Amino acid sequence: MTETPAYEPRQEAMRVYALATANELATALEKVGPPDGAEEMRAPEIGLVMARGRIGGTGAPFNAGEVSVTRAAVRLTTGEIGIAYQLGRDKPKARTAAMLDALWQAGRRTEVHAALEPVRNRIAEERALKARRVAATKVDFFTMVRGED
Amino acid sequence: MYVAVKGGEAAIDNAHALLDHERRGDPSVPELSVAQIREQMTLLVDRVMTEGSLYDPDLAALALKQARGDLIEAVFLVRAFRTTLPRFGTSEPIDTDTMRAIRRVSAIYKDLPGGQVLGPTFDYTHRLIDFALAAEGEPERPAESQAASEVMPHVASLLDGERLIEREPAADPNIPVGDLTREPLDFPAGRDLRLQALARGDEGFVLALGYSTQRGFGRTHPFTGEIRIGDVEIEFVPEELGFAVPLGEMTLTECEMVTQFTGSAAQPPQFTRGYGLAFGRGERKAMAMALVDRALRAREFGEEVAAPAQDEEFVLSHCDNLQATGFVEHLKLPHYVDFQAELELVRRMRAEHEAGGQTDALEAAE
Repeated sequence: MTETPAYEPRQEAMRVYALATANELATALEKVGPPDGAEEMRAPEIGLVMARGRIGGTGAPFNAGEVSVTRAAVRLTTGEIGIAYQLGRDKPKARTAAMLDALWQAGRRTEVHAALEPVRNRIAEERALKARRVAATKVDFFTMVRGED
Repeated sequence: MYVAVKGGEAAIDNAHALLDHERRGDPSVPELSVAQIREQMTLLVDRVMTEGSLYDPDLAALALKQARGDLIEAVFLVRAFRTTLPRFGTSEPIDTDTMRAIRRVSAIYKDLPGGQVLGPTFDYTHRLIDFALAAEGEPERPAESQAASEVMPHVASLLDGERLIEREPAADPNIPVGDLTREPLDFPAGRDLRLQALARGDEGFVLALGYSTQRGFGRTHPFTGEIRIGDVEIEFVPEELGFAVPLGEMTLTECEMVTQFTGSAAQPPQFTRGYGLAFGRGERKAMAMALVDRALRAREFGEEVAAPAQDEEFVLSHCDNLQATGFVEHLKLPHYVDFQAELELVRRMRAEHEAGGQTDALEAAE
Protein backbone atom coordinates (compact mmCIF):
# COMPACT_ATOMS: atom_id res chain seq x y z
CA MET A 1 0.00 0.00 0.00
CA THR A 2 1.18 3.49 -0.75
CA GLU A 3 1.33 5.98 2.07
CA THR A 4 -1.07 8.89 2.04
CA PRO A 5 0.85 11.99 0.98
CA ALA A 6 1.28 14.52 3.78
CA TYR A 7 -0.49 17.24 1.82
CA GLU A 8 -3.69 15.24 1.43
CA PRO A 9 -5.64 16.56 4.45
CA ARG A 10 -4.76 20.12 3.43
CA GLN A 11 -5.85 19.35 -0.11
CA GLU A 12 -9.14 17.98 1.22
CA ALA A 13 -9.72 21.21 3.19
CA MET A 14 -8.98 23.21 0.03
CA ARG A 15 -11.62 21.15 -1.79
CA VAL A 16 -14.20 22.29 0.76
CA TYR A 17 -13.10 25.96 0.52
CA ALA A 18 -13.59 25.74 -3.25
CA LEU A 19 -17.06 24.20 -3.04
CA ALA A 20 -18.26 26.45 -0.21
CA THR A 21 -20.24 29.60 -0.90
CA ALA A 22 -18.68 32.96 0.04
CA ASN A 23 -21.07 33.26 3.01
CA GLU A 24 -20.34 29.76 4.28
CA LEU A 25 -16.62 30.42 4.17
CA ALA A 26 -16.90 33.80 5.90
CA THR A 27 -18.97 32.15 8.65
CA ALA A 28 -16.34 29.42 9.04
CA LEU A 29 -13.53 31.98 9.37
CA GLU A 30 -15.60 33.92 11.91
CA LYS A 31 -16.00 30.73 13.93
CA VAL A 32 -12.30 29.93 13.90
CA GLY A 33 -11.43 33.55 14.64
CA PRO A 34 -9.72 35.67 11.99
CA PRO A 35 -5.97 35.93 12.61
CA ASP A 36 -4.61 39.22 13.94
CA GLY A 37 -2.18 41.10 11.77
CA ALA A 38 -2.32 38.74 8.81
CA GLU A 39 -0.51 40.26 5.89
CA GLU A 40 -1.67 40.07 2.30
CA MET A 41 1.22 38.44 0.47
CA ARG A 42 -0.56 38.48 -2.82
CA ALA A 43 -3.66 40.57 -3.29
CA PRO A 44 -6.51 38.44 -4.67
CA GLU A 45 -6.03 38.20 -8.41
CA ILE A 46 -8.27 36.91 -11.18
CA GLY A 47 -6.66 34.86 -13.92
CA LEU A 48 -7.08 31.85 -16.14
CA VAL A 49 -6.18 28.19 -16.02
CA MET A 50 -6.27 26.20 -19.24
CA ALA A 51 -8.46 23.16 -18.62
CA ARG A 52 -7.13 19.96 -20.12
CA GLY A 53 -9.36 17.17 -21.29
CA ARG A 54 -8.25 13.74 -22.46
CA ILE A 55 -8.77 12.36 -25.93
CA GLY A 56 -11.53 9.76 -25.59
CA GLY A 57 -11.87 10.67 -21.91
CA THR A 58 -8.85 8.55 -21.00
CA GLY A 59 -6.09 9.26 -23.53
CA ALA A 60 -3.53 11.96 -24.22
CA PRO A 61 -4.37 15.50 -23.04
CA PHE A 62 -5.66 18.36 -25.18
CA ASN A 63 -6.55 21.95 -24.28
CA ALA A 64 -10.31 22.06 -23.88
CA GLY A 65 -10.73 25.73 -22.97
CA GLU A 66 -9.98 28.02 -20.07
CA VAL A 67 -11.59 28.46 -16.65
CA SER A 68 -11.55 31.67 -14.61
CA VAL A 69 -9.69 31.29 -11.34
CA THR A 70 -9.03 33.62 -8.40
CA ARG A 71 -5.94 33.24 -6.29
CA ALA A 72 -4.82 34.83 -3.04
CA ALA A 73 -1.99 34.42 -0.53
CA VAL A 74 -1.74 35.65 3.07
CA ARG A 75 1.00 35.42 5.71
CA LEU A 76 0.30 35.19 9.42
CA THR A 77 2.46 37.05 11.93
CA THR A 78 3.72 33.60 12.93
CA GLY A 79 4.98 33.06 9.38
CA GLU A 80 2.51 30.53 7.95
CA ILE A 81 1.53 31.23 4.38
CA GLY A 82 -2.01 30.46 3.27
CA ILE A 83 -2.74 29.98 -0.40
CA ALA A 84 -6.00 29.76 -2.32
CA TYR A 85 -6.83 28.95 -5.93
CA GLN A 86 -10.53 28.70 -6.76
CA LEU A 87 -12.85 28.68 -9.74
CA GLY A 88 -14.67 31.94 -10.33
CA ARG A 89 -13.97 35.60 -9.73
CA ASP A 90 -14.81 36.06 -6.06
CA LYS A 91 -11.82 37.89 -4.55
CA PRO A 92 -13.06 38.17 -0.93
CA LYS A 93 -13.86 34.45 -0.97
CA ALA A 94 -10.34 33.60 -2.18
CA ARG A 95 -8.84 35.77 0.56
CA THR A 96 -11.00 34.03 3.19
CA ALA A 97 -9.90 30.63 1.87
CA ALA A 98 -6.24 31.69 2.06
CA MET A 99 -6.78 32.80 5.69
CA LEU A 100 -8.31 29.43 6.57
CA ASP A 101 -5.44 27.64 4.80
CA ALA A 102 -2.93 29.68 6.85
CA LEU A 103 -4.75 28.94 10.10
CA TRP A 104 -4.97 25.27 9.16
CA GLN A 105 -1.18 25.17 8.98
CA ALA A 106 -0.76 27.23 12.18
CA GLY A 107 -1.95 24.46 14.46
CA ARG A 108 -5.65 25.31 14.13
CA ARG A 109 -6.46 22.30 11.96
CA THR A 110 -9.09 20.89 14.30
CA GLU A 111 -10.96 24.19 14.60
CA VAL A 112 -10.91 24.77 10.84
CA HIS A 113 -12.12 21.24 10.21
CA ALA A 114 -14.95 21.67 12.73
CA ALA A 115 -15.98 25.05 11.31
CA LEU A 116 -16.34 23.46 7.87
CA GLU A 117 -18.59 20.67 9.12
CA PRO A 118 -21.86 22.43 8.07
CA VAL A 119 -20.41 23.04 4.59
CA ARG A 120 -19.43 19.40 4.15
CA ASN A 121 -22.88 18.34 5.29
CA ARG A 122 -24.64 20.74 2.95
CA ILE A 123 -22.57 19.52 0.00
CA ALA A 124 -23.16 15.86 0.88
CA GLU A 125 -26.92 16.41 1.22
CA GLU A 126 -27.17 18.28 -2.08
CA ARG A 127 -25.18 15.61 -3.88
CA ALA A 128 -27.25 12.81 -2.39
CA LEU A 129 -30.52 14.51 -3.38
CA LYS A 130 -29.26 15.10 -6.91
CA ALA A 131 -28.11 11.48 -7.14
CA ARG A 132 -31.50 10.18 -5.97
CA ARG A 133 -33.30 12.33 -8.53
CA VAL A 134 -30.97 11.21 -11.29
CA ALA A 135 -31.35 7.58 -10.17
CA ALA A 136 -35.12 7.87 -10.71
CA THR A 137 -34.39 8.43 -14.42
CA LYS A 138 -32.43 5.20 -14.79
CA VAL A 139 -33.88 2.96 -17.49
CA ASP A 140 -35.08 -0.54 -16.59
CA PHE A 141 -35.26 -2.49 -19.81
CA PHE A 142 -37.61 -5.41 -20.10
CA THR A 143 -38.26 -7.57 -23.13
CA MET A 144 -41.86 -7.29 -24.29
CA VAL A 145 -41.89 -9.72 -27.20
CA ARG A 146 -38.92 -11.62 -28.43
CA GLY A 147 -39.18 -12.36 -32.13
CA GLU A 148 -38.09 -15.98 -32.60
CA ASP A 149 -38.96 -16.55 -36.24
CA MET B 1 -6.79 50.84 -49.26
CA TYR B 2 -7.46 52.32 -45.86
CA VAL B 3 -7.92 56.03 -45.26
CA ALA B 4 -8.65 57.41 -41.80
CA VAL B 5 -11.62 59.71 -41.68
CA LYS B 6 -13.03 61.62 -38.78
CA GLY B 7 -16.62 62.24 -37.91
CA GLY B 8 -19.56 60.43 -36.48
CA GLU B 9 -18.43 60.50 -32.83
CA ALA B 10 -21.69 62.04 -31.64
CA ALA B 11 -23.69 59.61 -33.76
CA ILE B 12 -21.75 56.67 -32.31
CA ASP B 13 -22.25 57.83 -28.72
CA ASN B 14 -25.93 58.32 -29.29
CA ALA B 15 -26.25 54.97 -31.04
CA HIS B 16 -24.72 53.24 -28.01
CA ALA B 17 -27.05 55.10 -25.65
CA LEU B 18 -29.96 54.01 -27.83
CA LEU B 19 -28.65 50.44 -27.71
CA ASP B 20 -28.64 50.56 -23.90
CA HIS B 21 -32.20 51.84 -23.98
CA GLU B 22 -33.38 49.16 -26.42
CA ARG B 23 -31.64 46.44 -24.43
CA ARG B 24 -33.79 47.27 -21.44
CA GLY B 25 -36.99 46.80 -23.42
CA ASP B 26 -40.31 47.86 -21.97
CA PRO B 27 -39.51 49.39 -18.55
CA SER B 28 -42.86 48.21 -17.20
CA VAL B 29 -41.51 44.63 -17.51
CA PRO B 30 -39.11 43.70 -14.66
CA GLU B 31 -35.44 43.74 -15.59
CA LEU B 32 -33.65 40.40 -16.03
CA SER B 33 -31.00 39.69 -13.42
CA VAL B 34 -27.73 37.97 -14.30
CA ALA B 35 -28.60 35.24 -11.79
CA GLN B 36 -31.90 34.62 -13.59
CA ILE B 37 -30.08 34.18 -16.89
CA ARG B 38 -27.49 31.92 -15.26
CA GLU B 39 -30.13 29.72 -13.62
CA GLN B 40 -32.89 29.69 -16.22
CA MET B 41 -31.14 30.08 -19.58
CA THR B 42 -28.61 27.44 -18.64
CA LEU B 43 -28.09 25.83 -22.02
CA LEU B 44 -27.51 29.19 -23.67
CA VAL B 45 -25.06 30.15 -20.91
CA ASP B 46 -23.28 26.83 -21.43
CA ARG B 47 -23.02 27.47 -25.14
CA VAL B 48 -21.51 30.91 -24.58
CA MET B 49 -18.95 29.31 -22.24
CA THR B 50 -18.11 26.57 -24.75
CA GLU B 51 -17.74 28.84 -27.77
CA GLY B 52 -16.25 31.65 -25.71
CA SER B 53 -13.80 28.98 -24.52
CA LEU B 54 -14.03 30.20 -20.92
CA TYR B 55 -15.81 28.34 -18.13
CA ASP B 56 -17.48 31.02 -16.01
CA PRO B 57 -21.29 30.82 -15.79
CA ASP B 58 -21.70 34.26 -14.18
CA LEU B 59 -19.59 35.94 -16.80
CA ALA B 60 -21.37 34.17 -19.66
CA ALA B 61 -24.75 35.17 -18.21
CA LEU B 62 -23.65 38.80 -17.91
CA ALA B 63 -22.30 38.73 -21.46
CA LEU B 64 -25.66 37.42 -22.69
CA LYS B 65 -27.47 40.23 -20.92
CA GLN B 66 -25.13 42.83 -22.40
CA ALA B 67 -25.41 41.24 -25.86
CA ARG B 68 -29.22 41.23 -25.71
CA GLY B 69 -29.12 37.46 -26.11
CA ASP B 70 -26.98 37.51 -29.25
CA LEU B 71 -24.87 34.39 -28.92
CA ILE B 72 -21.90 35.42 -31.03
CA GLU B 73 -21.78 38.92 -29.52
CA ALA B 74 -21.72 37.29 -26.07
CA VAL B 75 -18.90 34.99 -27.22
CA PHE B 76 -17.06 38.10 -28.44
CA LEU B 77 -17.40 39.74 -24.99
CA VAL B 78 -16.19 36.61 -23.20
CA ARG B 79 -13.21 36.17 -25.53
CA ALA B 80 -12.29 39.85 -25.13
CA PHE B 81 -12.48 39.52 -21.35
CA ARG B 82 -10.13 36.54 -21.32
CA THR B 83 -7.46 38.50 -23.18
CA THR B 84 -7.26 40.90 -20.20
CA LEU B 85 -6.36 38.13 -17.75
CA PRO B 86 -3.03 36.47 -16.94
CA ARG B 87 -2.82 32.72 -17.29
CA PHE B 88 -1.78 30.97 -14.09
CA GLY B 89 -1.07 27.71 -15.85
CA THR B 90 -2.63 24.51 -17.07
CA SER B 91 -4.91 22.13 -15.19
CA GLU B 92 -4.28 18.48 -14.56
CA PRO B 93 -6.04 16.43 -17.26
CA ILE B 94 -9.66 16.07 -16.16
CA ASP B 95 -10.76 12.52 -15.38
CA THR B 96 -14.26 12.14 -16.73
CA ASP B 97 -14.33 8.60 -15.33
CA THR B 98 -14.90 10.19 -11.93
CA MET B 99 -17.75 12.38 -13.18
CA ARG B 100 -20.91 12.42 -11.05
CA ALA B 101 -23.17 11.93 -14.02
CA ILE B 102 -26.62 13.46 -14.28
CA ARG B 103 -27.04 11.77 -17.65
CA ARG B 104 -25.37 8.83 -19.29
CA VAL B 105 -26.69 6.97 -22.30
CA SER B 106 -25.22 4.51 -24.75
CA ALA B 107 -26.70 3.50 -28.08
CA ILE B 108 -24.56 0.38 -28.39
CA TYR B 109 -25.00 -1.44 -25.07
CA LYS B 110 -28.35 -1.75 -23.37
CA ASP B 111 -27.04 -3.14 -20.10
CA LEU B 112 -23.77 -1.49 -19.26
CA PRO B 113 -22.13 -1.05 -15.88
CA GLY B 114 -23.60 2.04 -14.25
CA GLY B 115 -26.72 1.77 -16.39
CA GLN B 116 -28.53 4.10 -18.74
CA VAL B 117 -29.52 7.25 -16.91
CA LEU B 118 -31.65 9.74 -18.81
CA GLY B 119 -31.32 12.72 -16.50
CA PRO B 120 -32.96 16.01 -17.45
CA THR B 121 -33.51 15.58 -21.19
CA PHE B 122 -35.69 16.97 -23.97
CA ASP B 123 -35.65 13.49 -25.56
CA TYR B 124 -39.09 11.82 -25.65
CA THR B 125 -40.87 15.11 -24.97
CA HIS B 126 -43.60 15.83 -27.51
CA ARG B 127 -42.21 19.18 -28.49
CA LEU B 128 -45.58 20.78 -27.94
CA ILE B 129 -45.49 24.33 -26.66
CA ASP B 130 -46.35 24.25 -22.97
CA PHE B 131 -48.61 27.22 -22.45
CA ALA B 132 -48.63 26.53 -18.72
CA LEU B 133 -45.06 27.91 -18.64
CA ALA B 134 -46.39 31.31 -19.67
CA ALA B 135 -47.95 31.51 -16.23
CA GLU B 136 -45.83 31.41 -13.12
CA GLY B 137 -45.86 28.27 -11.05
CA GLU B 138 -43.64 25.74 -9.36
CA PRO B 139 -42.77 22.58 -11.29
CA GLU B 140 -43.58 19.17 -9.85
CA ARG B 141 -41.03 17.79 -7.40
CA PRO B 142 -38.75 15.36 -9.22
CA ALA B 143 -39.07 11.69 -8.29
CA GLU B 144 -36.35 10.07 -6.22
CA SER B 145 -35.05 6.56 -5.95
CA GLN B 146 -32.19 4.76 -4.30
CA ALA B 147 -28.93 5.92 -5.81
CA ALA B 148 -26.33 3.22 -6.26
CA SER B 149 -22.78 4.48 -6.04
CA GLU B 150 -21.85 2.44 -9.09
CA VAL B 151 -18.83 3.51 -11.07
CA MET B 152 -19.44 4.32 -14.70
CA PRO B 153 -16.52 3.07 -16.75
CA HIS B 154 -16.29 4.49 -20.25
CA VAL B 155 -18.13 2.25 -22.69
CA ALA B 156 -15.05 2.02 -24.89
CA SER B 157 -13.30 0.13 -22.09
CA LEU B 158 -15.87 -2.67 -22.52
CA LEU B 159 -14.86 -3.14 -26.15
CA ASP B 160 -11.24 -2.78 -25.20
CA GLY B 161 -11.45 -6.08 -23.31
CA GLU B 162 -11.77 -7.86 -26.66
CA ARG B 163 -9.27 -5.52 -28.33
CA LEU B 164 -12.03 -4.62 -30.76
CA ILE B 165 -11.56 -0.90 -30.42
CA GLU B 166 -8.52 1.23 -30.96
CA ARG B 167 -6.73 2.44 -27.85
CA GLU B 168 -6.50 6.16 -27.36
CA PRO B 169 -2.95 7.51 -27.49
CA ALA B 170 -1.57 7.50 -23.96
CA ALA B 171 -0.34 10.69 -22.35
CA ASP B 172 3.33 11.30 -23.06
CA PRO B 173 4.97 14.02 -20.96
CA ASN B 174 7.58 14.51 -23.68
CA ILE B 175 5.00 15.53 -26.26
CA PRO B 176 3.91 19.15 -25.80
CA VAL B 177 0.17 19.79 -25.97
CA GLY B 178 -0.71 22.23 -28.75
CA ASP B 179 -2.49 25.45 -27.86
CA LEU B 180 -4.04 27.52 -30.62
CA THR B 181 -4.51 30.49 -28.30
CA ARG B 182 -0.72 30.75 -28.06
CA GLU B 183 0.43 29.76 -31.53
CA PRO B 184 -1.43 30.16 -34.80
CA LEU B 185 -2.83 26.97 -36.29
CA ASP B 186 -0.56 25.25 -38.75
CA PHE B 187 -1.52 22.39 -41.04
CA PRO B 188 -1.49 19.46 -40.74
CA ALA B 189 -2.63 19.93 -37.14
CA GLY B 190 -2.36 17.23 -34.48
CA ARG B 191 -5.51 15.73 -32.97
CA ASP B 192 -4.98 17.78 -29.80
CA LEU B 193 -5.20 21.03 -31.76
CA ARG B 194 -8.11 19.78 -33.86
CA LEU B 195 -10.06 18.94 -30.70
CA GLN B 196 -9.25 22.33 -29.17
CA ALA B 197 -10.49 24.11 -32.28
CA LEU B 198 -13.63 21.99 -32.50
CA ALA B 199 -14.37 22.39 -28.77
CA ARG B 200 -14.57 26.18 -29.18
CA GLY B 201 -16.05 25.95 -32.68
CA ASP B 202 -19.52 27.16 -33.60
CA GLU B 203 -22.16 24.58 -32.75
CA GLY B 204 -24.14 25.27 -35.91
CA PHE B 205 -21.10 24.88 -38.14
CA VAL B 206 -19.86 21.71 -36.42
CA LEU B 207 -23.40 20.30 -36.41
CA ALA B 208 -23.78 20.88 -40.15
CA LEU B 209 -20.43 19.23 -40.84
CA GLY B 210 -21.31 16.25 -38.64
CA TYR B 211 -24.61 15.98 -40.47
CA SER B 212 -22.82 16.09 -43.82
CA THR B 213 -20.78 13.01 -42.88
CA GLN B 214 -23.99 11.13 -42.13
CA ARG B 215 -25.45 12.11 -45.50
CA GLY B 216 -22.53 10.63 -47.38
CA PHE B 217 -19.94 13.41 -47.55
CA GLY B 218 -17.19 11.46 -45.83
CA ARG B 219 -19.31 8.51 -44.78
CA THR B 220 -18.38 7.04 -41.41
CA HIS B 221 -21.59 5.33 -40.16
CA PRO B 222 -20.97 5.95 -36.47
CA PHE B 223 -22.70 4.71 -33.33
CA THR B 224 -23.03 6.72 -30.15
CA GLY B 225 -20.83 4.73 -27.82
CA GLU B 226 -21.65 6.98 -24.93
CA ILE B 227 -22.83 10.42 -23.90
CA ARG B 228 -22.26 11.56 -20.35
CA ILE B 229 -23.05 14.85 -18.64
CA GLY B 230 -22.15 15.70 -15.07
CA ASP B 231 -19.95 17.40 -12.54
CA VAL B 232 -16.27 16.75 -12.35
CA GLU B 233 -13.44 18.19 -10.31
CA ILE B 234 -10.68 20.24 -11.89
CA GLU B 235 -7.24 20.41 -10.26
CA PHE B 236 -4.27 22.69 -10.73
CA VAL B 237 -0.74 22.36 -9.39
CA PRO B 238 0.59 25.82 -8.40
CA GLU B 239 4.38 26.05 -8.49
CA GLU B 240 4.52 27.40 -4.93
CA LEU B 241 2.64 24.37 -3.55
CA GLY B 242 3.78 21.44 -5.65
CA PHE B 243 0.57 19.47 -5.16
CA ALA B 244 -2.77 19.51 -6.94
CA VAL B 245 -5.24 22.07 -5.59
CA PRO B 246 -8.91 21.24 -6.24
CA LEU B 247 -10.18 24.41 -7.95
CA GLY B 248 -13.80 23.36 -7.74
CA GLU B 249 -16.22 21.51 -9.95
CA MET B 250 -17.37 22.11 -13.46
CA THR B 251 -20.16 20.59 -15.52
CA LEU B 252 -19.00 18.90 -18.70
CA THR B 253 -20.54 16.92 -21.52
CA GLU B 254 -18.61 14.29 -23.42
CA CYS B 255 -19.51 12.05 -26.30
CA GLU B 256 -17.71 9.12 -27.79
CA MET B 257 -18.70 7.89 -31.24
CA VAL B 258 -17.50 4.51 -32.49
CA THR B 259 -17.08 3.72 -36.16
CA GLN B 260 -16.34 0.44 -37.86
CA PHE B 261 -13.00 0.27 -39.61
CA THR B 262 -12.19 -2.57 -41.97
CA GLY B 263 -8.49 -2.38 -41.28
CA SER B 264 -5.40 -1.59 -43.28
CA ALA B 265 -1.94 -3.04 -43.75
CA ALA B 266 -0.91 -1.47 -40.45
CA GLN B 267 -4.08 -1.91 -38.40
CA PRO B 268 -6.46 -4.85 -37.88
CA PRO B 269 -10.21 -4.46 -38.40
CA GLN B 270 -11.62 -2.74 -35.34
CA PHE B 271 -13.79 0.10 -34.13
CA THR B 272 -12.30 3.57 -34.25
CA ARG B 273 -13.24 6.52 -32.10
CA GLY B 274 -14.31 10.13 -32.36
CA TYR B 275 -14.46 12.35 -29.29
CA GLY B 276 -16.44 15.41 -28.33
CA LEU B 277 -16.27 17.58 -25.20
CA ALA B 278 -18.26 20.67 -24.26
CA PHE B 279 -18.50 22.95 -21.23
CA GLY B 280 -21.78 22.63 -19.35
CA ARG B 281 -24.61 20.71 -20.94
CA GLY B 282 -23.80 20.61 -24.64
CA GLU B 283 -24.97 17.26 -25.90
CA ARG B 284 -25.65 18.25 -29.50
CA LYS B 285 -22.30 19.99 -29.75
CA ALA B 286 -20.38 17.09 -28.21
CA MET B 287 -22.05 14.60 -30.58
CA ALA B 288 -21.37 16.72 -33.66
CA MET B 289 -17.80 17.32 -32.53
CA ALA B 290 -17.22 13.58 -32.13
CA LEU B 291 -18.44 12.99 -35.70
CA VAL B 292 -16.17 15.67 -37.09
CA ASP B 293 -13.20 14.52 -34.99
CA ARG B 294 -13.53 11.06 -36.55
CA ALA B 295 -14.00 12.46 -40.06
CA LEU B 296 -10.82 14.54 -39.66
CA ARG B 297 -8.86 11.37 -38.87
CA ALA B 298 -9.35 10.15 -42.46
CA ARG B 299 -5.68 10.44 -43.40
CA GLU B 300 -4.65 8.53 -40.27
CA PHE B 301 -6.73 5.54 -41.44
CA GLY B 302 -5.76 5.81 -45.10
CA GLU B 303 -9.26 6.92 -46.09
CA GLU B 304 -9.80 9.12 -49.13
CA VAL B 305 -10.08 12.79 -48.18
CA ALA B 306 -12.91 13.91 -50.41
CA ALA B 307 -15.55 15.62 -48.29
CA PRO B 308 -15.52 19.03 -46.55
CA ALA B 309 -15.73 17.46 -43.06
CA GLN B 310 -12.51 15.53 -43.78
CA ASP B 311 -10.59 18.60 -44.92
CA GLU B 312 -8.89 19.87 -41.77
CA GLU B 313 -7.83 23.19 -43.19
CA PHE B 314 -11.38 23.90 -44.32
CA VAL B 315 -12.93 22.78 -41.02
CA LEU B 316 -10.47 24.35 -38.61
CA SER B 317 -10.14 27.63 -40.49
CA HIS B 318 -13.88 28.20 -40.54
CA CYS B 319 -15.29 26.71 -37.33
CA ASP B 320 -14.61 29.72 -35.11
CA ASN B 321 -17.70 31.92 -35.14
CA LEU B 322 -15.86 34.95 -33.80
CA GLN B 323 -13.31 34.90 -36.61
CA ALA B 324 -16.11 34.27 -39.09
CA THR B 325 -18.29 37.09 -37.87
CA GLY B 326 -15.31 39.44 -37.73
CA PHE B 327 -14.54 38.95 -41.38
CA VAL B 328 -18.12 38.88 -42.61
CA GLU B 329 -19.21 41.86 -40.53
CA HIS B 330 -16.21 44.01 -41.40
CA LEU B 331 -17.86 44.41 -44.79
CA LYS B 332 -20.32 46.88 -43.27
CA LEU B 333 -17.54 49.26 -42.23
CA PRO B 334 -16.73 52.15 -44.57
CA HIS B 335 -15.07 51.02 -47.80
CA TYR B 336 -15.65 54.37 -49.52
CA VAL B 337 -12.22 54.62 -51.09
CA ASP B 338 -12.08 50.99 -52.23
CA PHE B 339 -15.47 51.41 -53.78
CA GLN B 340 -14.49 54.69 -55.49
CA ALA B 341 -11.55 52.89 -57.06
CA GLU B 342 -13.77 50.06 -58.30
CA LEU B 343 -16.35 52.55 -59.54
CA GLU B 344 -13.69 54.27 -61.65
CA LEU B 345 -12.56 50.93 -62.98
CA VAL B 346 -16.07 49.82 -63.92
CA ARG B 347 -16.74 53.20 -65.61
CA ARG B 348 -13.59 52.84 -67.70
CA MET B 349 -14.36 49.24 -68.67
CA ARG B 350 -17.91 50.24 -69.53
CA ALA B 351 -16.67 53.04 -71.76
CA GLU B 352 -14.27 50.65 -73.49
CA HIS B 353 -17.02 48.08 -73.86
CA GLU B 354 -19.35 50.61 -75.44
CA ALA B 355 -16.64 51.96 -77.72
CA GLY B 356 -15.85 48.38 -78.75
CA GLY B 357 -19.54 47.72 -79.35
CA GLN B 358 -19.73 50.73 -81.72
CA THR B 359 -16.73 49.48 -83.61
CA ASP B 360 -18.37 46.05 -83.89
CA ALA B 361 -21.58 47.65 -85.17
CA LEU B 362 -19.64 49.65 -87.77
CA GLU B 363 -17.80 46.54 -88.86
CA ALA B 364 -21.08 44.64 -89.17
CA ALA B 365 -22.58 47.46 -91.23
CA GLU B 366 -19.71 47.49 -93.66
